[in-house]
Amino acid sequence: MSATPDATSAAPDGGFTTVIGPRRSLLAIDLAELWRYRDLVLLLTRRDIVTVYAQTVLGPLWVVLQPLITTFTFALVFGKAAGLAPPGMPGPLFYMSGLVPWFFFSSQVTKTSRTLTGGAHVMTKVYFPRLVMPISTTLSNGFTFLVQLAALAVMVAGYVLAGGLAWSPGPQLLGLPLLVLLMGALGLGTGILISAATTKYRDLSFLVGFGVQLLMYASPVILPLSRLQKFPTLLRVFELNPMTAVIEAFRAMLFGGAVPWGGLTYSAAVTAVMLLVGVMTFNKVERSFADIV
Amino acid sequence: MSQGPVVISVEDLGKSYRLGAIGSGTIADELRRGWARLRGRPDPDAPVGTASPGRAQGRTFHALGGVSFQLREGEVLGIIGRNGAGKSTLLKLLSRITTPTRGHIRMKGRVASLLEVGTGFHPDLTGRENIHLNGAILGMDRREIAAKLDEIIAFSGIEHHIDTPVKRYSSGMKVRLGFAVAAHLEPEILIVDEVLAVGDAEFQRKCLGKMKDVSSSGRTILFVSHNMTAVLSLCTRVVWIDAGRVAADGPPEEVVAAYLGSYAQGGDEVAWPPGEGPGTDLVRLTHAAVLPQDPGAPLTMRSPFSIRIGLENIGIKDGDLNIGLRVMNDHDLVLFASTQADAGTDRPPVPHGRFEVECRIPGDLMNEGSYHVVITAFRGARLHFITERVLSFTVHAGERRGAWFGRQAGLVRPRLHWNSVPMDPAP
Repeated sequence: MSATPDATSAAPDGGFTTVIGPRRSLLAIDLAELWRYRDLVLLLTRRDIVTVYAQTVLGPLWVVLQPLITTFTFALVFGKAAGLAPPGMPGPLFYMSGLVPWFFFSSQVTKTSRTLTGGAHVMTKVYFPRLVMPISTTLSNGFTFLVQLAALAVMVAGYVLAGGLAWSPGPQLLGLPLLVLLMGALGLGTGILISAATTKYRDLSFLVGFGVQLLMYASPVILPLSRLQKFPTLLRVFELNPMTAVIEAFRAMLFGGAVPWGGLTYSAAVTAVMLLVGVMTFNKVERSFADIV
Repeated sequence: MSQGPVVISVEDLGKSYRLGAIGSGTIADELRRGWARLRGRPDPDAPVGTASPGRAQGRTFHALGGVSFQLREGEVLGIIGRNGAGKSTLLKLLSRITTPTRGHIRMKGRVASLLEVGTGFHPDLTGRENIHLNGAILGMDRREIAAKLDEIIAFSGIEHHIDTPVKRYSSGMKVRLGFAVAAHLEPEILIVDEVLAVGDAEFQRKCLGKMKDVSSSGRTILFVSHNMTAVLSLCTRVVWIDAGRVAADGPPEEVVAAYLGSYAQGGDEVAWPPGEGPGTDLVRLTHAAVLPQDPGAPLTMRSPFSIRIGLENIGIKDGDLNIGLRVMNDHDLVLFASTQADAGTDRPPVPHGRFEVECRIPGDLMNEGSYHVVITAFRGARLHFITERVLSFTVHAGERRGAWFGRQAGLVRPRLHWNSVPMDPAP
């Protein structure tokens, strides 16, 4: 229950509209309350998008430059110098189509993991549903993702027009929105779980950026799984990473190919667990964290 | 007392912290702590001095131990108490920033709590954009903000810079903008922290004016403050929180007097066992006290008071001793020093054995604040001894002079005579 200006007549408990007490279920998310704060979610999202590139010369261009420059570097280092060029696809397209979902996931994890420690100055002064913060972070990350996806689409179009790619996506292209939701949710769950833990262990904030970076090397961003068939142990490590199937599926849906349904089921299960545990831990910590920071 | 419906009901509200168990360090700290526990050593990170012995039971500190009160519509409740008494905890619980460990708060209607103005301002956004953001953080929806935007901008008085990023604002402008947003909230219940303590006189006046507007429109206010003058002139009822409990609840004058009275009896009196008082082998202090003119009443800026010093003359045979005192403020700045010689040269020689001297300090001299006293003793022109702080006392405002609620500038606060003479002939 929470403050509504107009719920007085219908509210139970002697007409009181807000009841604050010690015990609350860990899974209790007041969706109606979150919905009332939708304007705040949107304003925070807008703030995140507008202010990140304030006082930069290239501004929002950085959003596409980051994956493009990384793609170029990977194509040069791994594709040419190391001789690890991916089979059956132009190198830059392969790397870019791995990096775009990966950047989405990694910024989800790193940015939402800063929710509680970074937002402490606001949260110790005023109440609003705390999930507002990671949700708005998710939306602004989603926006960045869409811009990068558009850049990828331009690249694909360029290759098709130049005759370097025979683009024949199957009906699985329609599954893309769901896949995007899955990535976002996986990053969100992981991020808020870490966020809750960082209020207690500050070490984690150092570990996150580094850990996520390392995790990329255990995903098919650089090496397709098909290249790993000779290394079963390594393959197993890759498959443990819930983002592996997501990236493989992302490429399969974009360029045609077999969607790894088994792997996706595993990723979806991990996502569900992460989201559940993440929300529970976040809810638990959020109640008392103002006493700690 | 108001007879409207109950809009806030606080029942047996309690908040306790586990001492030392608050992990706020690194994993290494946690390991160190665990290792210390294993060896039966005290926790190396346990907070020091946070617990008054009465409230710390075992490893739990009860910041708030069962507070109950009810507030009716239209009441303006002042919450007073010393630092660490639990006021801020109560405020945080009412504002939903933290959750209680026991008890309940029930509230009716929309609640806005103002613990700070300009919460969530982003330096890179313009004033206008920050109004939207800050309004949303405080719980307004988009339409509400849009409808009041012009009014808010006009109220803030910074129309010309409203589309400039806030990082180029002076701190005063930021406060004005933040307050303009807060002033246009329309909650049924308003919870205000000591916002009065910050900002200039103009800001204070606006802030108090707005609070009066809100209360006269029948809404309910909860106001946490150290400023007794503001509490007395704004509140219809006062709750005094002491050591995590409600010490008194009632009409402002009564509760504030009781609260200030408890303060006055704080550390204003001291006595030493024979032979252990500060001094020398020739003469020692035995006791000292700050005595308000009306025994037991709090010291205010208006009230005269005395400082009494008890001494024992052990070995001064020639009768040459000149007792004095220095009154210092909390920055250790000497406000004034005085000795018995102020009274004239024909001072009687000090008697043998125990005796008392008393210095009378007139009213309308001290400004509000905390002070302490050191005692001096001279023989001839030479300082015989000077003590450390032996007494401390607090002077309260007690009354308001002019429109300002806060502490007036100045080390002292004499009441001076003013004359006004017209210089042009009457028309």
